[in-house]
Amino acid sequence: MNKLTSYSIKEIHKSFRDKLLTPTSFIDLCIQRAKQTKELNAFIILTDEIAENHAIESEKRIYIEKKSLPLDGIAIAIKDNFCTKNINTTCASNMLKNFVPTYNATVYSRLLSSGACLIGKSNLDEFAMGSGTVDSIFGPTRNPWCSSEDWRISGGSSGGSAVAVATGACVAGIGSDTGGSTRNPAALCGVVGLKPTYGLVSRYGLIPLVNSMDVPGILARSIDDLTMIFNSVAGPDILDSTTLKKKFKPVKIEDNIDLSEIKIGIPSEYYCEGMSEEVLDVWRYVTDLLEKEKCQVRSVSLPHTSVSIAVYSILNQCEVASNMARYDGLEYGLRAAEDYSTEELYASTRSEGFNNVVRSRIFAGNYFLLARNYEKYFLKALKLRRLIADDFNQVFKGENSVDLLLTPTTLSEAPLYKDFTSTHNRDQCALQDYCTQPANMAGIPAISIPIRLSKNNMPLSIQLMGPFLSEQLLLNIAKKIESLVDFPSLKM
Amino acid sequence: MKHYILSKRHLYKYSKILKRGFSSHCNKEWQSVVGLEVHAQLNTESKLFSGAENTFGGLVNNCVSLFDAAIPGTLPVLNRKCVELGVLTALALSCKVNEVSTFDRKHYFYADLPAGYQITQQRTPLANDGIINFQVYTPGVHKKPYNKSSKIKQIQLEQDSGKSLHDAELKRSLVDLNRAGAPLIELVFEPDLEDGEEAAALVKELVLIVQRLGACTGRMEEGALRVDANVSMHQAGEPLSTRTEIKNIGSVRGVAGAIRHEIERQRSILEDGGRIVNETRSWDATAKITIPMRDKEVVQDYRFMPEPNLPPLRVNLRTKEDSQDVISVPLIKDKMPELPEESRTKLIKHYELRPETAVQLVNEPVLLDFFQTITLVKARNPTKVANLLLNDLLTVLNKRKLDATCCPLTVNQLEDLVDLLLDKKISLDVCRKTIDELLEGTDSSAMDIIKQKGWLLVTDEAEIVNSCIKVIENNPKLVKQYKDGKTKVFKALLGILSKTTDNKLDMSIASEKLEELLKK
Repeated sequence: MNKLTSYSIKEIHKSFRDKLLTPTSFIDLCIQRAKQTKELNAFIILTDEIAENHAIESEKRIYIEKKSLPLDGIAIAIKDNFCTKNINTTCASNMLKNFVPTYNATVYSRLLSSGACLIGKSNLDEFAMGSGTVDSIFGPTRNPWCSSEDWRISGGSSGGSAVAVATGACVAGIGSDTGGSTRNPAALCGVVGLKPTYGLVSRYGLIPLVNSMDVPGILARSIDDLTMIFNSVAGPDILDSTTLKKKFKPVKIEDNIDLSEIKIGIPSEYYCEGMSEEVLDVWRYVTDLLEKEKCQVRSVSLPHTSVSIAVYSILNQCEVASNMARYDGLEYGLRAAEDYSTEELYASTRSEGFNNVVRSRIFAGNYFLLARNYEKYFLKALKLRRLIADDFNQVFKGENSVDLLLTPTTLSEAPLYKDFTSTHNRDQCALQDYCTQPANMAGIPAISIPIRLSKNNMPLSIQLMGPFLSEQLLLNIAKKIESLVDFPSLKM
Repeated sequence: MKHYILSKRHLYKYSKILKRGFSSHCNKEWQSVVGLEVHAQLNTESKLFSGAENTFGGLVNNCVSLFDAAIPGTLPVLNRKCVELGVLTALALSCKVNEVSTFDRKHYFYADLPAGYQITQQRTPLANDGIINFQVYTPGVHKKPYNKSSKIKQIQLEQDSGKSLHDAELKRSLVDLNRAGAPLIELVFEPDLEDGEEAAALVKELVLIVQRLGACTGRMEEGALRVDANVSMHQAGEPLSTRTEIKNIGSVRGVAGAIRHEIERQRSILEDGGRIVNETRSWDATAKITIPMRDKEVVQDYRFMPEPNLPPLRVNLRTKEDSQDVISVPLIKDKMPELPEESRTKLIKHYELRPETAVQLVNEPVLLDFFQTITLVKARNPTKVANLLLNDLLTVLNKRKLDATCCPLTVNQLEDLVDLLLDKKISLDVCRKTIDELLEGTDSSAMDIIKQKGWLLVTDEAEIVNSCIKVIENNPKLVKQYKDGKTKVFKALLGILSKTTDNKLDMSIASEKLEELLKK
C-alpha cells in the first residue's frame, strides 16, 4: 500500500500486464487512500463510481480488446475549476456550489480519451485566487509532510491536486497556473509541477482567473509520468482560439543527454528579500550539481523582475473584475433571495456568493479599468508586461544567451497555517508568487522540481524556466536533475 | 450710466430679454445637426462567436449555446462568415479595412447580457473612414432628388444582446437569449446630416446596400437593422449644443419622424432660452414623440478592456491568398455586386429615366427586378414601364397596404399588361383595375380578365367613326360653335365621346376621327 506514493505509470502498467494489479483494484486502492487521508482535505468531491466505471472500461481495453490506451487505469484528480460534465464544479465558491456543467473541459476529455480515471475534484482557493489553498468554502487543504497539530499549508491554489498526488490518492493531478498556482503547491508538497507554454494546452472549460495568463498545469510524482500526461493533453484546440495552431510534437525523454552543451542562467534578481537560507542553499546545491555535470552556468539579469509582481497584480484584478461579471445569479449559480429589483438581486447574490478576496479584486479591477484610470494603470501594466517578456527574450535569444533559467520556486518551505493566515491574501500572493508569476507574464514554460527536505522535513524545490515551446529541453533537464537528487517519496 | 443701475434680478431678466431680441433680430437661426449609429444584424447561419443558430422568431431560449449563456469556462470562436460580410459591407462603403483589428469587452450589467460584458471592437475596429452617397428624395417633401453624403467613422463587429420582457402585473422579468451573441456590425456615421429626411434617406440607402450584399436582411420591423440618432443644434459659427440620443428607431419613416420631432423639441427649448439635457430618448411611433429613457448625465463607464480570449483579427489586404484564419480582402472585393448608386446611374443613362423615377425604382428592389426583365424587350418604352410600376402597380399595392416584396404578380402578367397598354388595347384605368383583379390571386392571365370583363379598347375605325357620328348628331350646339371657329369646344366633345363609350375607345384614334368628321 505504501507503494502508492511512489508508483510510476510505467510500473502500474507493468503490474496490469503481470496481473499483480488490475485497473479496478488499483483505482480501489487510490480511493481508499483518498478516504484515509480525508483530514488533509485534498478533495472537494470524490467520484468513486465514475472512477470505477472508467477503470472497468480500461480493464476491457487491456484484457479483452488488447488495445490499451496510454493512460489506461491511471487515477487522476482534477482541480475543481475545470468543468466536468454532470459533476459539480464549484471553484470552491458559494457562487458555484451547486453548479453542474453540461460539458467537459478539453483537458478532461483528452485525459478520458487516453484512458485516465477521474477519482475526484480537488480543492483550491476560491476561483483559484490564492497561494495557500486556505480560502476555500470547503476549508483549507493540509500539507501531508507534517502531521503535528501545528500543521502547514499545501500551497496553492492547486493545493488539492498536489496533496492528492503526493499521498498516492492519484497518479497525476491537473491544476491551473496563473501566477504559480501549480508550481507553488508542487514545490511545497514535494511533487513535480509543470506550467506549459501559454497556448499549448487548451483552456476550454477551465473557469478563468486571468485569461491571458491561465494555463492548465500538471502535477505528478515523476517527470516521466508528468510527460505522459502532458503529451496526452497538449495541442491545438478549435474551441480555444488562443491555442497555438501548430501541430504538437510530443516530448520525448531521452535516456542520456549531454549536459555540457547546456547553458543555464541564474537570474540575479531572484535573490530577493525574505528568501529563506534553506531555499538559497538548495538553489546553490542544484547550481553546483549542474556545474559538476559540465553544464555552463552563468549569472544573468532580468532587470524588470522587481516590478513584475505589481504589474501581475493589476492585470490580474482587471481580468478578474471582467470575468466575474457573469456571476449575476440569473443563468446558473447562486441566486440570492432578495429580488426586489434586478440590481438588488445582483448585489446580494454577488456579496453572498464571493468571499472577501474575490470581492476586493473585483473592486480594485473595476477601479483600474475606469476610463480615467485605464491609461494610468492598465495600459502601463501592459507595457511593463511587454518589458518583462522582453527580459526573457534577451536572456534566451540575445548575446550570451542561455537555454534555461534556474531559480527557487518559493521563498521558503511550506509555512505554518497560523503564520500564513495572519497575513492578508494580497500580501501573501505578492510574496509567494514572486519567483513564479514572471513566467506567466511572458507565457513561457516553467517547472518546479523537488530537491530535498528541510530541517523540518518539508520539501524544498527549485524552478526551471525555458523559452517559448522549450518543453522538450525543459523536461529532459528536469529529468536529469530528478535522477541526480533522488528526492524521497512521502512515507505514509 | 447711473440711470441704468439695476438690481441683479432685473439685470438677469433684462439680459435674457436682450438675448432673445438679439437672436431674432440678427436672424441667427438654430441649425440642426444629426449623426447616426446603425446596428445591422449579419445574415449568417450561426452566431458571431458560437455555433448556435442565428435566426429570427425561433422558439424562446432555443438557439442558445453554452457560450451565449456565459456558462463559465466557455470561450468565443470567431465566425469567419461574419468577418467576410463585415469586410464586404466595409468595401461597399469605401472604408479602409484594417489589416489587424481587435476585440474589446464593454462592461455593463443587464439581465439580457449574460456575461456582464459585450464583445465589440471599440479601439481598433474592422474598418474606418468610409462614405455613403445617397439621394434625398421623399415625394411630397422634396420637389426633386439631391445628392448627399455622410462620412463613416468606423465599422465594427459586435455581439447583440438577448431580449428582456418585463411583466409589470406579475412583477417579473423574462429573458430570451436567442438573440444573445447574434452577429452585428455597428456603423458609426459622422454628424453631417441636417434633418430627419436626410437621415431617413441614408438609412434607406444603407438598407438597399446591405440587402444587395446579402449581408443583412434589412428587415427593420424584425430589428435586423436598428438606428440610433444623435441630434444637436447650433447657431452658425458657434459650437454644437448638448446632444441627445434617440435609441432604437425601427423604421425608415420612424427615423424621419423621430428626428424631426426631436429637432423641433430642441429648437423650442433653445428659443425659450432653455438648456438641452444630455440624455437618451426613445421614439414613440404611435404618439409620434420622443420620450426620455434613462438619465444620461451620470455617464456610464463601460470599463473597456481588450478581449483576452480572441487573438487579433488579421486580414490579407494585398493578395488573393485565402487561408483558414486569414481571409483575403481582394477576393471579397471580386464578389461585390452592383450597388444601388450604380443602378440609378444606369437607369438614368441607359434608360433615360428621370432621376426621381430612378430613385423610386431602386428603392423598391422587387419593382426594379420587374423593370429590368420587362425592358429586356426593346420595344417596351422604359419610361412608360417605370411609370406603370411606380404609379399604377405601387399605388394599388399601397392602397391594399401591401409591401412590394409581397407582390403576388408575376413578371409574365405584368409583361402582358405592359404590352396591352403600350399597344393601346386597354386604357390606363383598365390597367389599374386589372392589377387590382390580379392581386386577388387568380390564375387567369391579364388578357383573360380583360376579355371577361369586356375592358378591351375599341380600335376598330368603323366603330369609332360610328360613335363619333352619334356624338355629332346629339350635340348640334357644340358642333355649331366649333364650326363657327370656337375650336376650344373640341375638348368638350371628346369628353362626351369618351363618357358615352365607357372609356373604351382608343382616344388617339377617336380624336383624329372626330376632328376629321367635324372638319368635313
